[in-house]
Amino acid sequence: MRKLALKDEILLQVDKAARYIGGEFNSVDKSQSLKDGKELLRFAMCFPDVYEIGMSNLGMMILYNMFNEREDVWCERLFSPWVDLDRIMREEKIPLFALESQDPVKDFDFLGITLGYEMCYTNVLQILDLSQIPLLARDRGEDMPLVIGGGACAYNPEPMADFFDLFYIGEGETVYDAIFDLYLENRRQGGSRKDFLRKAAGIPGIYVPSLYSVTYHPDGTIESFSPLFPDVPKKVVKQLVTDMETGYRPIKAPVVPFIKATQDRVTLEIQRGCIRGCRFCQAGMIYRPTRERDVETLKASAREMLRNTGHEEISLSSLSSSDYSDLKELTDYLIREFKRDGVNISLPSLRIDAFALDVMRQVQDIRKSSLTFAPEAGSQRMRDVINKGLTEEDILHGASEAFHGGWNRVKLYFMLGLPTETEEDIKGIAHLAEKIAEIYYDVPKEQRNGKVQIVVSTSFFVPKPFTPFQWAPMNTEQDFIRKAGIVKNEIRSVLNQRSIKYSWHEPDVTSLEGFLARGDRRLGPVILKAYQKGALYDAWSEYFHYDLWKEAMAEAGVDMEFYTLRERSTDEILPWDFIDFGVRRQFLAQEWEQARQETVTPNCRQKCSLCGAKRFGGGVCYENAN
Amino acid sequence: MKMRIKFSKEGSMKFVGHLDTMRYFQKAIRRAGLPVAYSGGFSPHMILSFAAPLGVGTESRGEYFDMELTESLPSREIVERLNRQMVEGVRILGARQVEEGKAGKAMSLVAAADYQVEFREGKNPGGSWQERIPEFLSRETIPVNKKTKRSEKTVDIRPFIYRMEAEEERIFLRLASASANYTKPELVMDTFLAWMGEEPAPYAYRITRLEVYADTKEEGHHNFVPLMELGEEVL
Repeated sequence: MRKLALKDEILLQVDKAARYIGGEFNSVDKSQSLKDGKELLRFAMCFPDVYEIGMSNLGMMILYNMFNEREDVWCERLFSPWVDLDRIMREEKIPLFALESQDPVKDFDFLGITLGYEMCYTNVLQILDLSQIPLLARDRGEDMPLVIGGGACAYNPEPMADFFDLFYIGEGETVYDAIFDLYLENRRQGGSRKDFLRKAAGIPGIYVPSLYSVTYHPDGTIESFSPLFPDVPKKVVKQLVTDMETGYRPIKAPVVPFIKATQDRVTLEIQRGCIRGCRFCQAGMIYRPTRERDVETLKASAREMLRNTGHEEISLSSLSSSDYSDLKELTDYLIREFKRDGVNISLPSLRIDAFALDVMRQVQDIRKSSLTFAPEAGSQRMRDVINKGLTEEDILHGASEAFHGGWNRVKLYFMLGLPTETEEDIKGIAHLAEKIAEIYYDVPKEQRNGKVQIVVSTSFFVPKPFTPFQWAPMNTEQDFIRKAGIVKNEIRSVLNQRSIKYSWHEPDVTSLEGFLARGDRRLGPVILKAYQKGALYDAWSEYFHYDLWKEAMAEAGVDMEFYTLRERSTDEILPWDFIDFGVRRQFLAQEWEQARQETVTPNCRQKCSLCGAKRFGGGVCYENAN
Repeated sequence: MKMRIKFSKEGSMKFVGHLDTMRYFQKAIRRAGLPVAYSGGFSPHMILSFAAPLGVGTESRGEYFDMELTESLPSREIVERLNRQMVEGVRILGARQVEEGKAGKAMSLVAAADYQVEFREGKNPGGSWQERIPEFLSRETIPVNKKTKRSEKTVDIRPFIYRMEAEEERIFLRLASASANYTKPELVMDTFLAWMGEEPAPYAYRITRLEVYADTKEEGHHNFVPLMELGEEVL
């Protein structure tokens, strides 16, 4: 039997002990290779949140699967210990371990950490701390694992630069093999940690923060950002899979968790990227160009993953499923093939139209399901600013068809605090909800399914790197609250107010997210101090302590508003400018100008806007080339 | 046809709770491709019925659930196909066809269970505690306070202890396990230790459930039969 890192007495005290035991079906055990004395590169792959959330992350599972296909690599998983176990591990000085072998992480060659969202940053420090790895990269000795970061937030790695030895910028499929080969070669030659990092910096997509230096102007903006050595590249080029047939590494047998993960289902990634070009959306820019997977490959992959997991549900994953060219063929196949076996099919991010309603009717119970629209902004003017190509007519038409088809529940998502926003735009949110409520009553009474229920949610806009809004100022917390108040009052004044529910997020966590998202290296000490003061699980509202962060900023002498409220000029050097993400900076600047002109830009299938991503040599840019 | 499955759940699997164990088997059965029956409705679910929930932390060599198959399969094939889908710590020990209908339902049949109790390192009571078991059992009544969410009441657990014997450092227990008289091995052990004047330490026991029984009463006497023996091997 496998031995566990934690004693029974500890596991019996903590909530959901199965988070920490490993050994799930399809998890990879290479302990026999270790016993046989084979040379293995040990990689601990971490998603810094609880097990149920981390196990729902597709990127991590893709890499886990891919790394373990190599005979000379054993990749294991780990997640953030929940606060109950965190306390016990600190008290008893138990080193954090990986799930498969239950061995301490500090004995591994690599610790890879996915940065999925900014609010996980203190959890990253918890992982290092509990692993008994020095928090600062510069304090780590030869015997410590190399700490590598990746994921969406690694596109602006600077706030976390102090804590990582290296970052992987872009999609993991392309150069990890080169990293592993280099590492094993360096180890055989008796090379040092520094030797490895210096050579790794030469691999495309790899950023080694310690090999770059930053200087600042007196006003706090960046004066220069440059490599310390001539052989270290000035620009780090984002990695991506260009050919989704040959370059994509499909998961054959995903790990099946014992406890219910947030995504307790097969996730089928149908495409990467998005053709739409919404100006607030980071994913829509950094994953350019849009690349679809072949529908026949997807069918085979769906079959294989369902058979190998026994999951009762399959979900299509993409930024905008409706834009997938063969969606109808794929959904027809999934329904025909698997519905009778009791497999549920879930289709997030669908645009509501006749086709979507037809599919939803087949896969969901209409009485229990609700429709989701994401107009993002209340007025057409505002939607033009953000380049959200969804018109009021589209929404009302979609809702009308749905209401005639028996649905009566609608969710609407909006953002407050978008650039150039006026009071009229904000009130437009309430008016749009009201118009939707009104068309419900166009349905003849005997066909209606009770009362209409509309839930309006607003989040606050956070400008993100690598978007046309990367230069935009964020709103103050007071503005956010005032704006939510306007929505609330306006909803109260409309005719169908009783059918409309309104909810909004707290602004403090949003401000912090904005601060971390566009931060630079000077944020390292703030994050460290916040963690030392007890900040952890910031993404969990019940554990979020804004006061700790404010204290940390004051002590580190960092002014949050410099990062959040300031409008940047387009010639300022931004902390993430050293990353070449394919899309030209000039394109973003042009889009920022178009936004202020309230001019929309066509999507990638309508007309190429010469963003620059074409040079990757694949995807939507070449769809009509044949 | 209704098939009764017997399985073991040991090692780290003792930390997987009852509901998660049910989900685990639903997925394993799907992977094994067994012709299992589903309920009707918009979201059909597999018809599985577990005999007796096992608490987190307790191991078992005698767990049961019943499943409904839409076509007949030999016992051996079911065992083999399921075992290919098991993780370390769970083994399928047998599969037998049982009576259809409510009367044959695994959960309502449960009358008693056997347990083996060991003390964790350093948690043994002092002295020759083994010799005191006969005296403990010879009492007319063994009253214990049972706390529920609403009230606290005194229950006599003596009638629910069918057997209690020491085997060197281990204790063997046979306890009532029907829904009306379900008796936890921890409760019996804590009561025994307290009666000897020992303070029961937290997490003192390592408990393994060995078997679960139905009671096919004969002439007014208990006749405990392992749930598996109520079924027929399908050849």
